[in-house]
Amino acid sequence: MYHKEKSIQIKNSASSLYNNLGVLRIAPRRLTYFTVVHANVVNMVSASWDGLNYSHRQLQSKEPNVATSTSLIMQAAFCALPSRDLLVVTSQKGIQMYESDGSIMVYWHALDTPETSTAQAVFARGITAVWENYICVGVSSGVILVFDVPSKGSNITLSEVLEEHKESITDMASECSGSQECIADLVSADDGGNLCVWKSGEEFQLLNKIPGFDMSCSSVKLWKGTVVAGYGTGQIRLYEAVTGILHAEVNAHARWIYSLDIAPFSGLLLSAAEDSLVRVWHLTLTPETNSVEVAHLHNECVTDTQICGAKFCDGDGYAFAVTGYDLSEIIRYTQS
Amino acid sequence: MSARTLPLLFINLGGEMLYILDQRLRAQNIPSDKARKADWIEEDRRRVMNDIITTMFNKKFLEELFKPQELYSKKALRTVFDRLAHASIMRLNQASMDKLYDLMTMAFKYQVLLCPRPKDILLVSFNHMDAIKDFVKDTPSILSQVDETYRQLIEMYTPLTSGEFQLIRQTLLIFFQDMHIRVSIFLKDKVQNSNGRFVLPTSGPVPHGTQVPGLIRMFSCTGEEVNRLQFNNGGSYSAAIREGSFEIFGDRVTKLGTNMYSVTRPVETHMSGTSKNSTQHTKVNAAPNPLAKEELNLLAKLMGGLEVQKPGNTVDSGFRVNLFATDEEEEEALISRPDELSYGVINIQATKDQQTNAELAKIMGEFTESGDQSPSASSKGDDLLAMMDGL
Repeated sequence: MYHKEKSIQIKNSASSLYNNLGVLRIAPRRLTYFTVVHANVVNMVSASWDGLNYSHRQLQSKEPNVATSTSLIMQAAFCALPSRDLLVVTSQKGIQMYESDGSIMVYWHALDTPETSTAQAVFARGITAVWENYICVGVSSGVILVFDVPSKGSNITLSEVLEEHKESITDMASECSGSQECIADLVSADDGGNLCVWKSGEEFQLLNKIPGFDMSCSSVKLWKGTVVAGYGTGQIRLYEAVTGILHAEVNAHARWIYSLDIAPFSGLLLSAAEDSLVRVWHLTLTPETNSVEVAHLHNECVTDTQICGAKFCDGDGYAFAVTGYDLSEIIRYTQS
Repeated sequence: MSARTLPLLFINLGGEMLYILDQRLRAQNIPSDKARKADWIEEDRRRVMNDIITTMFNKKFLEELFKPQELYSKKALRTVFDRLAHASIMRLNQASMDKLYDLMTMAFKYQVLLCPRPKDILLVSFNHMDAIKDFVKDTPSILSQVDETYRQLIEMYTPLTSGEFQLIRQTLLIFFQDMHIRVSIFLKDKVQNSNGRFVLPTSGPVPHGTQVPGLIRMFSCTGEEVNRLQFNNGGSYSAAIREGSFEIFGDRVTKLGTNMYSVTRPVETHMSGTSKNSTQHTKVNAAPNPLAKEELNLLAKLMGGLEVQKPGNTVDSGFRVNLFATDEEEEEALISRPDELSYGVINIQATKDQQTNAELAKIMGEFTESGDQSPSASSKGDDLLAMMDGL
C-alpha cells in the first residue's frame, strides 16, 4: 500500500521523545517544513515537493535574556491557526514561539523553575492550536497554559491556566476534522493515562475526564468527537470524547507507542512505537449506530529503529514521514 | 530532564567497569603470560575490586550522587570514572582507559535501549548490584556499604510511575545519543550491526503488562464486545513472561545487566571511527558549554567524596592492567584512535578557577601535581593518567 521514498537527511539525529516530528504543508509555495528535536537543538528542513530543494535551519533552546544557559528540548510542533502558523518549541526552561519558518522568535514564556534542583522534573510538553486564536501547552506539573495569539504581531498573552491534571502532561490535540458540530474540541493526556476533554472559548470548559490505568498515554488525537489514545502498553484506545464510552481497544504494538496521527479527510490512523513498527489503520464512524470501526491496513518496519515520530504529510494520508532514535534522517513513505 | 538519572547511570556504568576489570585481572593472572612485569595474584585482584567498590559506595560520595541533579556531560562523567578506576593500586594508561570506557558505555546503552519497559532499567541496575555484592561477599564491611545503597535505590525508585521511568530512560538515551562504537562481543552475538546500531528484535516475549499485538476489539455503548478482528503484527511475538523481582533479594528475570564476560568470552573492542558510515553519526557539539563552570563545581563536590589511594613510591604499587591483548596493540590503539572518539578528559585549570571553591582546588592540586612530576611519559600522550602510569 505504501512504498519507501528517498529519505531527507537532517543535521543531527532524533532524540527519544514522544511525537518527535513536526510537519507543516505550505501549499502555495509547494513546500513542506519538518522539525526534529536533537537534545537542545531543533533541526528544521524545508523540502520542496519536487524533491529538488532542501534547506536546513537549526534552532537552539535558549532564553532570550539569559545567554549563558541551554536546556533540553522536549517537543517542537507546528500550530496552524486560521490566521497564521507558528512553530512552538518547549523545553526545560520554557516555551518559545517562532514564525513557522523558524526565522523570528515572537514569544517566550519562562517556566517557574526552583532555585535548587528538585526531584520533580520541570518541562513543557504537549502542544496544540485550538479554535481561532489559542495555543495550548502542557507542563510537567500537570497544568495547561492557554495562550491567546493575535492574528499578527507578537502580542501573545497567557489567557488561562487549566488545572485538572495531577501528573505531567504528555500530549494534547484539537479536533482535526474541521467539523463544527463537535462540542468537544480539545483533549489532553497525562503520565497516568488520564484524559481531559475540553471545550475551548474565552473560558475553557472541562467536559469530561476519562480516568487512566497508571500507564502513560504518550500520544492522543481527536477526530469527529472520538479520542484516539496510544499508551505505554502498546495499546490504542478509542473513546467517545464527551461520554468517555470505550468504543475500541487495539493491541497494536509490542512496546511503548511514541506517536499517533490522523489524516482527517480519509480517517486513516498512523501509529508508531519503540518496537520499530509503523502501522496504518482505517477508522470508520457510523453516527446512526454511534459506533466506531477500526481496520488494520498496513505495517512498515524500520529495522533496528525505535521510532519516536510519525506523521502524515497531507490531510488524506497519501504520504507519511517517520523519525527514530539515533537516526539522522526523515524516512518518507507514499501510497503506491 | 529527569533529575533522578545520575545514580542509575553511575551504578550501571560502575557495574560494567567492575565486570571488565575483573575479567582482565583474571586473564592477566595466567602464568604463561611472561610478558607481564608482575603477574596478578588472586589477592591483588581482590584488593583492586574491594578498593574500587569501597570508593564507589563511599557514603559522602553517594550523598552527593543521590541529590536531584541534571546529568553531567560525557567528559565530566568520564573524569569521574578515570578517578574511580585509579582508586586502587591498579593503573590503566590512556588507551586502555578509553577502551574500558567505550565498553562500559556501549554495554549500558545496549541495556537501556533493549530493556522491555522503562521500569526494567531498575532490574538492570539490580543485576549490577547483585553482582557487586557477590564481588565483596567475603568482606562484610564493604558488603554493608553496598547493601545500604541497595536500600536507598529501592526506596527512591520503586515508587516512581511508568512515566517517570520513561523520562529517566529518555534522559539516558540523550546521554548515549550518537555513540556507535562497535563491540566485538556484541557483534559476535549478533546483537549489534557492523554500523554500530543495536539489533531490535521483532520477536520473543512482549514486556510484562503488554499484550501480543494482533487483536482489535470493538464495543457497543453498553460495553459489550460486538466485534473482534485479528491482524498480522509483522513479527513473531509471544506472551509476556513473569515480572522480575524489585525486592533486595530475588530473581530479576532479565539477563540485561548481568556479567557477559568470562574466560571464554573475553573483553575486546573494535573502533568504529574507521567506518565511514559511523563517523557521520559521531558528531560532537564543538560549541563551548556555557555550563562548564557550574558543572565543574558540581563535579568537584561529587569527586570530593571519592577518596583515591595515591600510589606510593614503592615498587609493589602501580600494577598495570592492559585492556588489549598485547602492549603493542595498546600503543597502536592510542595512536590510531580517531579524534572524534577522543573523550578529552577534563583538564582542570588551576589558574582560572582558583577562587571557585576549596574542594575543587584540592582536586585540581591532586591532578596537576602528578602531571608535573613525570613529563617524560608524554610519548604515550600527554594525559595526566598516562603520566600516573609512570609513577
